[in-house]
Amino acid sequence: MGDSGDLKLIDDSGKRLDGRKLDELRPIKIEANVLRRADGSAYLEWGGNKILAAVYGPREAHPRHLQDPTKAIVQCRYNMAAFSVMDRKRPGPDRRSVEISKILSEALAYVVFTEQFPRTSIDVFIEVLQADAGTRCSGLTAASVALADAGIPMKDLIVSCAFGKVGGKVVLDLYKEEDNLGEADVPIAVVPRTEEIVLLQMDGHLTVEELNHGLTMTMDACKYIYGLQRDALKNRYSTGMDNEENPKEASK
Amino acid sequence: MNEEVISEINRNFIYQLAEKGRRIDNRAPDEFRPIGVEKGVVNTAEGSARVHIGRTDVLAGVKIGIGEPFPDTPAKGVLTTNAELIPLASPTFEFGPPREDSIELARVVDRGIRESGTIDLEKLCLEEGEKVWIVFIDIHVLDYDGNLFDASALGALAALTDTTVPASRFELGDDFKLPVLHYPIACTTVKVENTLLLDPALEEEKIASARLTVTTDENKDVRAMQKGKSGSFTLDEVKKIITSSQEVAEKNRKKIIE
Repeated sequence: MGDSGDLKLIDDSGKRLDGRKLDELRPIKIEANVLRRADGSAYLEWGGNKILAAVYGPREAHPRHLQDPTKAIVQCRYNMAAFSVMDRKRPGPDRRSVEISKILSEALAYVVFTEQFPRTSIDVFIEVLQADAGTRCSGLTAASVALADAGIPMKDLIVSCAFGKVGGKVVLDLYKEEDNLGEADVPIAVVPRTEEIVLLQMDGHLTVEELNHGLTMTMDACKYIYGLQRDALKNRYSTGMDNEENPKEASK
Repeated sequence: MNEEVISEINRNFIYQLAEKGRRIDNRAPDEFRPIGVEKGVVNTAEGSARVHIGRTDVLAGVKIGIGEPFPDTPAKGVLTTNAELIPLASPTFEFGPPREDSIELARVVDRGIRESGTIDLEKLCLEEGEKVWIVFIDIHVLDYDGNLFDASALGALAALTDTTVPASRFELGDDFKLPVLHYPIACTTVKVENTLLLDPALEEEKIASARLTVTTDENKDVRAMQKGKSGSFTLDEVKKIITSSQEVAEKNRKKIIE
């Protein structure tokens, strides 16, 4: 959270720097089944974010002491490409990505019927290829599509989105500039059918009223994104082409 | 953790085909899979390219920063190449620090670019002995379906040709295109039984006894080579591989210089 100085993040007509309304999402595009080797995968573009998610498993959990005789473990790894941000990021895990990986794993484990696959691991890999704020939300949204694409039994998809406070106003889905200068950032993930919240973080400064308003706004946005996720999964089958069985078709 | 397992029946099938000069995907022994090159795919990078060879998928990004030159080349920019075999790309890739495979991959790509003088590093000097531009090539493997060497080398070169040095961001004058002087292309051949197969698919690469990557420039001169796996080549085979690598490199180079 920084100081916006003289920069006006919300103009007099209530529009944001990138021309969006306060409760408007950035454009989102989701595609399922984009990788050959993974058991399930998804590609997602969300504003300036470009994210790939892949799922492997259920497969034998390694090392073996991680195995749970009663259920599968869900291991999510969030990783940023070195070139995904303006100042090159040193490759490999850092404290931030370890924390994000942990909370995303926990959120995903809630919707997966893990008890059906004892002693296994369901591995979810999220690669941020280009970052523009909100990468954990984009990554989680993509990851749940990849899980469904892998055919893993789930209660529901997970949708994630953030709201924040910028220029004194509660706004939906912060992008980079707003994230750098905003007063608060609240990423949320929900199970859309039951409205259960499976991820919630916050930093900054909000009143309870602002928080309540933001939560309601973000829940509505999540339900809209849920539609996009389901469309992506339907499209994966409606083309009638399973890429793996038609390598000629896929290599075009 | 686990090496790629190719079933006995598949293995024998590939061997039998190879004896007749045929391949599992109906290619000729010296035929590449379709190549796709898309530049400028990552806005946060100074240059980027996504390369497909068949279903192998590689994303290369170039970032440029400022740093000190090496003491032995005080008036030259610095090139560093890194490759990440991320676990998203294959069930056999593991999370964690780079292992020998990704280090070898990065070094082979680096050698092709460095030894051919692809980048005019002298133009990347800001203050002799003090301050130079540093070019970071980061190769991100997204889907591993064989022949990472050629895909990564193509991706790195394509990304370099897409790169703008962000001088204005550092208040060092106007941005300029990264000076690219040469176009080295890597071509990898493997030996299955006694047949040489160019651009190995995943299964071919795994069961091959030996592998040779030859990087040639636009004058058909050889700029880097790397032999891999525990089998051997005869001298005749090496000569044959170099000739076919020169020929196919010429075709593949056109994918980068439109």
